[in-house]
Amino acid sequence: MLELTLTPLEREALALSLRVALWSMVLSLPFGVLTAWLLARREFPGKALFNGLVHLPLVVPPVVVGYLLLVLFGRRGPLGAWLYDSFGLTLAFSWRGAALAAGVMAFPLMVRAMRLSLEAVDRRLEAAARTLGAGPLEVFVTITLPLMSPGILAGAILAFARSLGEFGATITFVSNIPGETRTLPLALYSLAQTPGGETGALRLALLAVVLALAALAASEILARRLRERIEA
Amino acid sequence: MLEVTASKRLGEFVADFSFSCQAYGITAVFGKSGAGKTTLVNMLAGLVQPDEGRICVAGTPLFDAAQGLDVPVERRRLGYVFQEGRLFPHLSVRGNLHYGLRRAPPDERRIGFDQIVTLLGLEALLGRRPAQLSGGEKQRVALGRALLANPRLLLMDEPLAALDQPRKQEVLPFIERLRDELAVPIVYVSHAMEEIVRLADRLVLISEGRVEALGPVEDLTSRLDLRPLTGRYEAGAVIEGRVLGHDEAFGLTALSFAGGTLRVPRLALGRGAEVRVRIRARDVALALTPPEGTSFLNIFPGVVRDIGREPGPQVDVLLDLGGAALWARVTARSRHALSLTPGARVYALVKAVAIDRHALGRASPDR
Repeated sequence: MLELTLTPLEREALALSLRVALWSMVLSLPFGVLTAWLLARREFPGKALFNGLVHLPLVVPPVVVGYLLLVLFGRRGPLGAWLYDSFGLTLAFSWRGAALAAGVMAFPLMVRAMRLSLEAVDRRLEAAARTLGAGPLEVFVTITLPLMSPGILAGAILAFARSLGEFGATITFVSNIPGETRTLPLALYSLAQTPGGETGALRLALLAVVLALAALAASEILARRLRERIEA
Repeated sequence: MLEVTASKRLGEFVADFSFSCQAYGITAVFGKSGAGKTTLVNMLAGLVQPDEGRICVAGTPLFDAAQGLDVPVERRRLGYVFQEGRLFPHLSVRGNLHYGLRRAPPDERRIGFDQIVTLLGLEALLGRRPAQLSGGEKQRVALGRALLANPRLLLMDEPLAALDQPRKQEVLPFIERLRDELAVPIVYVSHAMEEIVRLADRLVLISEGRVEALGPVEDLTSRLDLRPLTGRYEAGAVIEGRVLGHDEAFGLTALSFAGGTLRVPRLALGRGAEVRVRIRARDVALALTPPEGTSFLNIFPGVVRDIGREPGPQVDVLLDLGGAALWARVTARSRHALSLTPGARVYALVKAVAIDRHALGRASPDR
């Protein structure tokens, strides 16, 4: 029989996963919009390289990303040491590091959705807004952002769902610490490695599927609402 | 004043405009498609940067290549009504109207929200989204939005071109009203002569990226040398007149003009009102003696000034009716039969029914 209430361990993994995914999504949002804008609207030297870097997590093994994060953000890494000395912030082996790893891995997906919607924004509307007295930044905030909002939302949800499932980069960068960095996929992995953990692993797998479906459904509903508001 | 010297190379096309004229009332920019009308307006608006030149509106320099001056679009304070409306789809009609108004400097807001809503008849539309509007309604909202930004000059780039005939007739009276009721100078781009005759005070004729002629509408449309540009099919003359009175029994209005009294179908205008009437060349016939027993209400003695040299079975004859210019289109055969040559005395016959209200415009303030 399948017990429907979650065990304390499952609840802990679920809560941690949601926290990690939420933070990774929220913190990468502004960078996502900025990157999408740079890629869609700007020409600058090294743009091809920049584009490649943004998309790197899609094509290299997640372990590589996790390892690079460990090198850069580990306690003795150049960025990790700076963060610790300046803010007392440690990423390695903490849930914050898990959020960073998830954010980096999901970033290309987020940027892609945003970039597509930004490219679909009619630039003639932006020109019209300028003739009405709005400066470039004002035009971006009052015209461009609202018009690309379905893409921002889609990118955010996609990144959220991707973060929920992050495994390779996370386990490499922040390890598998119960209550700290053991998110759903890591808990599932641990159970699958343990003799007699099959039932627990199956329950977590089902939970992950339900979670992903819920995120996708939420994204569909919100995107439709937004589109209706825009096109009425 | 509108002072423009601006050149721009766009691939093979070179625009090189140079003109200056009064700005009050409506200045029409007329030319065939590809003549560079939109390029000219976009350079005024700041959406296209000229390679060389200087642009000055009402004494304020907006662009000066020599001094490295290029006032950004949003600070030029020129309104722009685009051919396709360009309403913001995520805002209601009210939101669209407020967009420009909110950004106009408070001490320069001469035109208010309620005034525009009434003038353009937008009350019923305020809560709607642009997607729920018809083409004509969209253009009215676009017009209101541009005006509420309280611009120093309003640019209109073929605002009626995307509309079918009934929608055009729906929007035209609104443009006339804002011309007459708001003191906003307008630059009106069009390739439709009937719109220009009805609306414009002066005409800037452009062709292949250059200004070919500039002057009052009636002068340019009566010039033979400009005929290839003003168009042959819709050829006609524009006459200025004053309402003498109405013949209520037969529903006619009498207009006095330099050549005599012109009778047209009843106009809803008061006595003494000044109007401009466009008479198409194909609605004017010629006779050597005043005909009797005819249905022509309008018979004017005149002198042949010039005769068109375009080849074909028809010729256009320019007449002088006591100072007013009038075109008549006759067959080459009739021209031969009547031995029409410059200096010949003739009678011009104009059918009253040929003149409808769409051929009417306000008298030009330039003279």
